[in-house]
Amino acid sequence: MGMIEAILLTVITAATPLVIASLGELVTERSGVLNLGVEGMMVMGAAIAFAMTQVTGSPYLGLLAGIGGGALFSLLFGFLTLTLVANQVATGLALTILGLGISGQIGEPYVGVSGIKLPQIVVPVLSDIPFFGPVLFRQDLVFYLSITLVAGVSWFLFRSRTGLKMRAIGDNHASAHALGIHVIRTRYLAVMFGGACAGLAGAQLSLVYTPQWVENMSAGRGWIALALVVFASWRPWRVLAGGYLFGAVSISQLHAQAFGVGIPSQFLSALPYAATIVVLILISHNRRVTLINTPASLGKPFVPDR
Amino acid sequence: MKKLIFALATSAAVLGFTAATSAQDKTKVCFIYVGPKTDGGYSEAHDHGRQALEKALGDKVETAYLENVPEGPDAERAVERMARSGCALVFTTSFGFMDATIKVAQKFPDVKFEHATGFKSSENVGTYNARFYEGRYIQGVIAAKTSKAGVAGYIASFPIPEVVMGINAFMLGAQSVNPDFKVKIVWANTWADPGKEADAAKALADQGVDILTQHTDSTAPMQVAAERGIKAFGQASDMIAAGPQTQLTSIVDTWGNYYIKRTEAVIDGTWKSEQIWDGLKDGILEMAPYTNMPDDAKALAEETEAKIRSGELHPFTGPVKKQDGSDWLADGEVSDDGTLLGMNFYVAGIDDKLPD
Repeated sequence: MGMIEAILLTVITAATPLVIASLGELVTERSGVLNLGVEGMMVMGAAIAFAMTQVTGSPYLGLLAGIGGGALFSLLFGFLTLTLVANQVATGLALTILGLGISGQIGEPYVGVSGIKLPQIVVPVLSDIPFFGPVLFRQDLVFYLSITLVAGVSWFLFRSRTGLKMRAIGDNHASAHALGIHVIRTRYLAVMFGGACAGLAGAQLSLVYTPQWVENMSAGRGWIALALVVFASWRPWRVLAGGYLFGAVSISQLHAQAFGVGIPSQFLSALPYAATIVVLILISHNRRVTLINTPASLGKPFVPDR
Repeated sequence: MKKLIFALATSAAVLGFTAATSAQDKTKVCFIYVGPKTDGGYSEAHDHGRQALEKALGDKVETAYLENVPEGPDAERAVERMARSGCALVFTTSFGFMDATIKVAQKFPDVKFEHATGFKSSENVGTYNARFYEGRYIQGVIAAKTSKAGVAGYIASFPIPEVVMGINAFMLGAQSVNPDFKVKIVWANTWADPGKEADAAKALADQGVDILTQHTDSTAPMQVAAERGIKAFGQASDMIAAGPQTQLTSIVDTWGNYYIKRTEAVIDGTWKSEQIWDGLKDGILEMAPYTNMPDDAKALAEETEAKIRSGELHPFTGPVKKQDGSDWLADGEVSDDGTLLGMNFYVAGIDDKLPD
């Protein structure tokens, strides 16, 4: 296996959780809800997935538990912000802090325990293609899911009737309500989809990326996922591109260090963030495009008139 | 959330303490950790020390701890709460608790404080630290003896003197076996981010190193090494469970012996403020069993450890040149502790550029 294949494999592992978590948040935000609790839901998913894998011995059950755990946890956010109309920003931040605390308790018995890695699924025939085969078709289930999810969400948002309604809610919830669309119900579902995705991303951390449980192991990836949504101007395929750009720059800087280029490591460490900010500025430069894609009701509370 | 629970637990412990009549003979020893007590690394090693203390002195002591205490203004409240709750001796176990410890100690002259890895002390504040570089030197010897590639990968956290000292000790140990030995250094700029540590380990493995060593806290690099079929050194605790066929040895922090010694001093009334920097011979750190290496490498590692223990060998003994080629230690000259504790340069033979 060549160096470039090796680097690509590492990039894929690093980018997959960002893409998945980001995609979930994208759907949530498209419905007009800003959930800043991605980091908390992600770390909850990681803890629950690891614990379930240890209890049952099956990483697939762990994966399911991570997804379910993330969705359930996001329901708390949904109840507070959609039913009780609490401030979304404050509730999201609280969700992150709460998630970090609870996940620490859930994971406590599993610290230092060696995890079970999600097995590789080798796609017959395709995996024999030179270069691309080993990189793209000898992966774990979560990677295949991540690509399917991007395509699925893109189709859902821009090609399906329900997706159109959801975007309508995100752009103007009062009008959508007047048209008889269920604003709160749709938003609940969107929030739970975001939670499930964050949970899946967390499960990838503790079952694929580094099969172990360490407190606070998401280490800020939830915040990067949040930033990627804006970076991608709320478009699913751009989330994929952004996640991979961020992953590629993060991994290349490590290689550059190991190779011994004489650039200060602090600068290299900041490079993925800097690159993302630069692209963000370039994109938001075109105000028209940004305005078209930004959900206009994002973060605004909705109280239906009864 | 967790802090709140422990705050409640601590207050409950205090109430229980005043209620029990027999409790008066007990000496209360308190600990403050920067991370969770189950971080699998640094804070866990301190908590093992606390447990060893309870076990050794039994009825004579009672212990309490606060975990996940952030460095900075919050630390002061934590230290003060401990001091108020009747602790006779408080161990503040992270570098960033230094100023908070000094400040609170002024208000509680009857309470003894010990601060780990710091450099400020006073009448009732002592400092303690371990000479981890002794272990790093032994690891360097093993690396040079067992590596076929002649190059090791080093996952470093932050360019502070403690870490730079470790890299230099590792390199000097390696050079004592193979003068041309190389080390590839990756700064992860984190103490604990398993994902990033794993990425760094993969990058180093992809570039052909066949030995990994780390100055970060998680077992992720060990797992990557196991996957790639190369060898690795553990960090802070024995990580053999993460790599039964992979770990060569590990520097294990064994603070327990020290905590017992100092608590006994408080009980006897002989405690006084000291600046302690103990090494292998004092039992403040240990090497995990030498495994997964040929017999000659194991013999050499054991011999090196014995020499360091007996004082025959100091890892920083001249002739040593700095990276820029200037002289640092003359033939036979041993570095003073002050230079080591403020180390901000590489020794010759390291290609990396030290981040400023």
